[in-house]
Amino acid sequence: MTGLFARLVDQDRPSCRFYVNGEPCSGRKGDTVMTALLTLNAYLRLTEFTQSPRAGFCLMGACQDCIVMQENGDRFRACATLLQEDMRLVIPERVR
Amino acid sequence: MTLAPVIVGAGPAGIRAAQILAKTGLRPIVIDEAARVGGQIYRQQPDGFSRTARTLYGFEHRKARAVHETANALIASRQIDFRPSTLVWDADDHHLYVSSAGRHDSIPYDRLILATGATDRVLPFNGWTLPGVYTLGGAQIALKYQGCAIGRQVVLTGTGPLLYLVAYQYCKAGANVATVLDTSPFPKPTQGIRAFVADARLMAKGVYYMAWLRSHGVPLVHGVTAFEASGSDRVEAIKWRQSNEATAQQHVLPCDAIACGFGLRSENQLASLLGCEFVFDEQDRAWQPRVGADGESSRANIYLAGDGARIGGADMAELTGQQCAYRLLQDLNLDYDAKQAKRVTKKIQRGRHTRLLIDNMFAPPVSWLDQADDALVVCRCEEICVGDVRRMLHEDPRSGLNRMKALSRVGMGRCQGRMCGAGAAMLLAHEQALRLSGVERLRSQPPVKPLRIGETPCEP
Repeated sequence: MTGLFARLVDQDRPSCRFYVNGEPCSGRKGDTVMTALLTLNAYLRLTEFTQSPRAGFCLMGACQDCIVMQENGDRFRACATLLQEDMRLVIPERVR
Repeated sequence: MTLAPVIVGAGPAGIRAAQILAKTGLRPIVIDEAARVGGQIYRQQPDGFSRTARTLYGFEHRKARAVHETANALIASRQIDFRPSTLVWDADDHHLYVSSAGRHDSIPYDRLILATGATDRVLPFNGWTLPGVYTLGGAQIALKYQGCAIGRQVVLTGTGPLLYLVAYQYCKAGANVATVLDTSPFPKPTQGIRAFVADARLMAKGVYYMAWLRSHGVPLVHGVTAFEASGSDRVEAIKWRQSNEATAQQHVLPCDAIACGFGLRSENQLASLLGCEFVFDEQDRAWQPRVGADGESSRANIYLAGDGARIGGADMAELTGQQCAYRLLQDLNLDYDAKQAKRVTKKIQRGRHTRLLIDNMFAPPVSWLDQADDALVVCRCEEICVGDVRRMLHEDPRSGLNRMKALSRVGMGRCQGRMCGAGAAMLLAHEQALRLSGVERLRSQPPVKPLRIGETPCEP
């Protein structure tokens, strides 16, 4: 699956390793968690009621649509959180 | 003991207010949810990015830099007490309740300037919950803050000046903008002339963006009456019509991302929690805290600046921020530059006039939800559909917006009505055959944004 976001400009930054569902992935220093995930994947979470994929909406911390879970159960807004080395994130798999 | 004045929001309004208070020797506390000053419009990129201010802010780069430099100097010289990465989640007559890095605190205040900014006003359309659909402001932040486009084939929709600005910025950065769909008709010559007379520079910029886009082959479609996103797991195409008739031809264009916005809506939750009086603002098509001639609210010690009180844009935010600071100084019987204050008030009056002309050119569509499908999602958080609301209203036909929230859960989710409020009010107005001004205001509840359970308040 290709990601949603396209890296355009100012992308010459050091790489930053993180994990999604235990698998190592690579983003860039200065990426938000949202950018790091959505350049690789097409969604961030599944909704509580209909298990629909969501990928954020407002990017300014208002809509709460980009909530991502860490392995330790903590949740945060992916648009307002900068990626940190070795972050361990969870994106639920889709059940069809 | 006198407490330091507190300013909520470090965008152009908050920073200009802080500057004037600091000049008088007060040391205001300035609180912002973001790590850096600038607000949304003058948002700064994270460390490691290297684009110039000119690249990031275009024609506005000098203004953006001036706001940043002013703030940096005030912070470095300790003339203001800047509290970054801090969310104000509740407020009462004497305290603000804040959360920062997992810690709760309360900040006492005597006088408060609210400069809380705005988000996009969004209206629901079929497919708007699909991955790949973003707000216009969100699309702009992806580029400004991250150097990314929201997709590879981007369609920009809705209405307002931001539509053309974002399209221009995306193209300039090398993104592929497949088309721009504006729900407003192309401005009438008389509207254009009036706006030119009011503010030639501003209008010239708008005309420039449109001409640039046309000359670079970006189709600009005006008078779009309906559009929807389609796709199974993500956006695959956009469909739209240019006439309300059912027989009208439906246009289809493949794309992988859609950004949408219908102007801006104010973040006025704190004013609501503080008991400021609200009035229906016909121009903003929303309930807004009542703002007096000098930026004062209905409460003696609370002042309202920037887009958080009335939508005016970045220049107006700087001016209304200054105005609030002058009024605050006046109320404290401190010296202030009365001549300058008068000049600022004059500029604000002129700015309001210009804004009215622009808003008239880019009014949000009034009948957007009149023919809405039952399956259309109104509330993204709680996944409540138009049909759910209609069924609820059938049982409880006289429900106001707050009762509708309680019974249907529209507006009760994590965004607290920020994304669905405009649509919910429009839907209720249509179902009950009311004018929008006849729909009550959605009351705010603390916390205004989600907090983690376990972050316990410092005191009851």
